[in-house]
Amino acid sequence: MYSSLILLPFLSVIALNLPFRNLMKKLAFVVCLLVLLVQISLIVCPSICIWSNDLDIFGSFLQFNFAVDNLSRVMLFCIGIVLLAALFVQRYIIDDEERIFNFVNVLLLILIGMDGIVMVRDIFSLYIFLEITAVGSFILIGFNKDVDAFEAAFKYIILSVVATVLMLSSIALLLIVSGSTSFSSISDALKTSPDSLLISSAVAIFLCACFIKAGLIPFHGWLADTYSAAPAAVSVLLAGIVTKTVGAYTLIRIVNSVFGFESSINSLLLVIGIISIVIGALAALGQRDFKRMLAYSSISQVGYIILGLGCGTTLGLAGAVFHLFNHSIFKTLLFVNSAAVELETGTTDMNGLSGLSKKMPFTAMTSVVASLSAAGIPPLSGFWSKLIIIMALWMSGFYVYAVIAILASVLTLAYFLSLQRMVFFGRLKEDSANIKEAGLGLMFPALILALIIVAVGLFFPFIINTFILPAGNILGG
Amino acid sequence: MSVDIIILFTFIMAALWTVMTRSLLRSAIGLALTSAILSIIMFRLNSPLAAVFELSVCSGLISVLFISTISLTHPLTQKEVLEHMRERLARFWLLPFIVIVLGITLSLIDIRPVIKLPLPETVKDVRVVLWNLRQVDVMGQIIILLTGVFGVVILFKERVKK
Amino acid sequence: MRLFWSYGLFISILCIIGFYCILVTYNLIRALVGLEILIKAATLLIIVAGYITGHEALAQSLVITLIVIEAVVITVAVGIVLGIRSHNNSLDARKIRNLKG
Repeated sequence: MYSSLILLPFLSVIALNLPFRNLMKKLAFVVCLLVLLVQISLIVCPSICIWSNDLDIFGSFLQFNFAVDNLSRVMLFCIGIVLLAALFVQRYIIDDEERIFNFVNVLLLILIGMDGIVMVRDIFSLYIFLEITAVGSFILIGFNKDVDAFEAAFKYIILSVVATVLMLSSIALLLIVSGSTSFSSISDALKTSPDSLLISSAVAIFLCACFIKAGLIPFHGWLADTYSAAPAAVSVLLAGIVTKTVGAYTLIRIVNSVFGFESSINSLLLVIGIISIVIGALAALGQRDFKRMLAYSSISQVGYIILGLGCGTTLGLAGAVFHLFNHSIFKTLLFVNSAAVELETGTTDMNGLSGLSKKMPFTAMTSVVASLSAAGIPPLSGFWSKLIIIMALWMSGFYVYAVIAILASVLTLAYFLSLQRMVFFGRLKEDSANIKEAGLGLMFPALILALIIVAVGLFFPFIINTFILPAGNILGG
Repeated sequence: MSVDIIILFTFIMAALWTVMTRSLLRSAIGLALTSAILSIIMFRLNSPLAAVFELSVCSGLISVLFISTISLTHPLTQKEVLEHMRERLARFWLLPFIVIVLGITLSLIDIRPVIKLPLPETVKDVRVVLWNLRQVDVMGQIIILLTGVFGVVILFKERVKK
Repeated sequence: MRLFWSYGLFISILCIIGFYCILVTYNLIRALVGLEILIKAATLLIIVAGYITGHEALAQSLVITLIVIEAVVITVAVGIVLGIRSHNNSLDARKIRNLKG
């Protein structure tokens, strides 16, 4: 059933590029919207999708060994939501039919790439889908032909290809050990074969590649440039889901299903996580650009995810997955807000902005919700995931890490408060008379995302038992 | 084995020349040469089909891509060339020494990883492996080619229109 | 495994050459050449892994996919490089350090 998540976008890309181009250009937005809605509805209530049986005809002669567990479901839901937000933002900003058409095509291909990453159970196929997502992102970063964006894209290409080369070397070394590329047989071979230099170097190289892809601290050079130089819709896409899927999700999946939790891997993850949290937060405090501050905040928040993973316990894993979900929702919302601010005022430099809450009350309100969730203020969703991660650290005996994580949370609050004060509150500038609230096209995704943050926070007891704890217990499902 | 060592040695030499040479055009040609030698090595390692791919795509297509890109840029004047040479030498002179020292040290270390090798595979035909067992990969190839097509449309074609 | 190390030695040297090229050069095209050399090293490593374990068919099918992906990535990268060149008429990385890192 789930192979239709790959086939449906693929067939729609093919259909969009058949003859009747003028008609298809008009339809592109609607088609992409439908594909994303189908994905979300398939995840939320699998039973209603009777149509999926029809698509099994394709599945019968294509043998894709995809598997979907609870972690994959959480990710598939996030992918649907964030791509929907990016689509709306792009639709609002750009009117040209031809450019929307091209954007939609690449967006659908990125959707295939990320769905594939989430569902494959083969390390080489994982690499292929990572590369599809990466190539799609390179193209979209350069979508507006802006010189800064091109430079950021070039930087991203260099680091991304280095990461994939590392990943390929690791795959080759694992091939020597196991003679196969599927997760299960590599995992079995690692358990039975004697501990040697070859295996530990393969594991270290793969983890290093994931750190580059996730933009964690020693390898974060490309991230801030890319997020701040990319077009607004693409920043939403990259920050919201792409780097989380290619970096954080891959790390969780590989450590959990292939390498297993060993003390050396755990301590490496904990150290990288805590360094990213602290340095990312400190760097964010010093930024004077809206999108750049959000980018450094992103590094810091991914650090929490890695920290939760590094506990090596079920609770820690559940916290990591929950924080991954929360982070992609609130960071998407913040980037949608930054898109609104950029569009209305023409700048993202925080020194040139002040008191926008009087002119853009809705944007200000939603960004306050997202910031408070990111800073871990109860009862918003971000509070609960940070609480789970810190509890997991405490219960595993990593007291120092738990204390640092709590203190860094105060730093998070500090930089988000300074962002709010500089951009939305304070005195309105005199020359800003013709600034107005962003249109419905931006308010709608912002409203949905804000509602998700509040609802997940309020219905937390229900959600933890139905989605999050099962996701920690990943092997089931 | 001794023939293989000689081929590997020329492989490294070709790669070194690709990086060290002053002109970009020669660098692109060096890359094609490196690819060609790699395909010989692949052929000797019982992988003829992959060797053909390497020869045609990397040595052919990618070199054409690089050379056409380089031909789009302006050639330097004589004075700039001299300036450029001196400056490049300052940055690249270290590389041959690193390579020699590393080569000698690594050949002195004898690493023999203790590994239980897996059983040889049962299916020996590349076509069967690729088309029957790894259909996801074939699908992935089609998708990434489509992505590349849109990349060309967006990055090259839209600019011409403007 | 003796065989593996004699190939592994040359592969490590190739990686060093590629990394050195990427780190030291100011020319965007040459950085891509460095990336190509790195990818060559990974390709050879996969083939060697297939050879010593007797999984040549699997290794070849992986390498064929890898070569297709490599070609697409390099094409898109060249597109980005030409985009940079059309803006500031140069391939020199020193002229593009607008971004703070």
